[in-house]
Amino acid sequence: MPLISIRDLVVEYDGHRVLDGLSLDIEHGETMVLLGGSGSGKSTLLRQILGLERPKAGSVIVKGIDITHCSPAELKKVRRSIGVAFQSAALFNSLSVEDNIALPMREHTRLAPSIIELMVWMKLAVVGLADFGKLHPQELSGGMKKRAAVARALALSPEILVLDEPSAGLDPIVAAELDELILLLKEVFEVTVIVVTHELPSAFRIADRIAMLYKGKFRAVGTKDEIEASQDPRVRQFLDRIPDEIAKTPAVAAYFERYLQGQEAQA
Amino acid sequence: MANVLEDVGKSTIGHLDYVGSVNIQWWSTLRALGSALPFVGNRYRWKASVNQMLQIGVDALPMVSLMAICTGFILAMQGASELRRFGAIHYVIDLVAVGFTRELGPLITAIAVSGRSGSAFAAEIGTMKVTEELDSLRVMALEPIEFVLAPKYLAALVTVPCLSIISNACGILAGGLFMFLSTHLSPALYLRDVLESIQLRDIITGLVKSVAFATIIAQVSCLEGFRVRGGPDSVGRSTTSAVVKSTFLVIVADAVFTAIFYFTVQH
Repeated sequence: MPLISIRDLVVEYDGHRVLDGLSLDIEHGETMVLLGGSGSGKSTLLRQILGLERPKAGSVIVKGIDITHCSPAELKKVRRSIGVAFQSAALFNSLSVEDNIALPMREHTRLAPSIIELMVWMKLAVVGLADFGKLHPQELSGGMKKRAAVARALALSPEILVLDEPSAGLDPIVAAELDELILLLKEVFEVTVIVVTHELPSAFRIADRIAMLYKGKFRAVGTKDEIEASQDPRVRQFLDRIPDEIAKTPAVAAYFERYLQGQEAQA
Repeated sequence: MANVLEDVGKSTIGHLDYVGSVNIQWWSTLRALGSALPFVGNRYRWKASVNQMLQIGVDALPMVSLMAICTGFILAMQGASELRRFGAIHYVIDLVAVGFTRELGPLITAIAVSGRSGSAFAAEIGTMKVTEELDSLRVMALEPIEFVLAPKYLAALVTVPCLSIISNACGILAGGLFMFLSTHLSPALYLRDVLESIQLRDIITGLVKSVAFATIIAQVSCLEGFRVRGGPDSVGRSTTSAVVKSTFLVIVADAVFTAIFYFTVQH
């Protein structure tokens, strides 16, 4: 039985369909990369997996519980087994880095403060921030914030680690360091990792399988090799970085034509 | 005509939705309030409550005191200018004492707290929404109502009545100063007359009002923060809206409470 099973998921905002009948299984211990361009629906899919929004139709079953229809208590139980690092890191600016990481432990465990302190240090050491625990998030660089967010996501030793655009906005060296960290975490903690990204080098470095989204639908789901060998035109366009011919679309051409006619009429 | 009806209908539904949201949020906060209490609740939540009490109460003390002193002086001077003509300047004492205890003390405090803390609540929660911190709480299986709102509400419930009492004292003190300067009435006699003119029900009605004002300010301001959609500009809008709506509702509630007390308690 897969750890996460998404079936016929439909999400609409104000009548606009953002996810259109998605189905996907994510197995124990695999790294699934949700790949796609801006507006393809990857972050929306992630919010569904985290139970932050309710879909119009379909189901998201995490560890055997359908989180689209479960009770708040069941949802909380599922969420305790998921660690999430958001795109913006979403660290609490009013708390120090170590307090940010200690927060889930203080709230959900009965561990003694000294044990929590030790565990926080260990989590920070894993992401290479052992000396920065006393700082506040606003005192950290972009890459350090992301690593601190990963450390907080690991706080309760989750079964599933979710990373939303981990390398977005980072320079290639820091992004590569983060990729290596994700691989290390997977190996050490044996977690199932879901990564949302549009960074190709990162996706192909860390993924076991890749699901490529385009306009709310999966264009391809498979291993790295399968995706690389895909002949789907949209997948190829994304992988080969071919731009859309925006100026040649009928709507844009008609707009330019009207604009030029208007200019002529004024002259 | 159809458009007008449509607009009226939309606006009515919008207002009902707002009232419903405030009530649902208030109910949820009451259910979560236990977690913010000392000894029986979560100690981190209590710590946050104390922190909020310092910000809402202690930090506002100079402002509220000064506002009350000015208003007390103004009320005494305006009252004296009319009452002097009838040889009833002595009634300035009753006017200031009763007026402040029942009405002006709680109202001045509420307006000051609404401007200072209401805007801060909306800005803080709105920013947390924009930076995904609220989502981050949810995925850590923590309820934002319990984590963010309950400490603020508890702090407001404790500090607004306390500030109101201090405001009453400052206003009455200003009245005493005026009486001393204009009629050379000794402070001891003034105090005796004040205590004679105030009844227990005056103090109770003032405190009941201040608890209601604290509820309005905390709930409306926090709801404005939770309703932020989009980017930083909407945080600014929500902050303005929080102050405007909470001040407006405080004055409406004051009128309602005054009418209730006038028709039930006094007659």
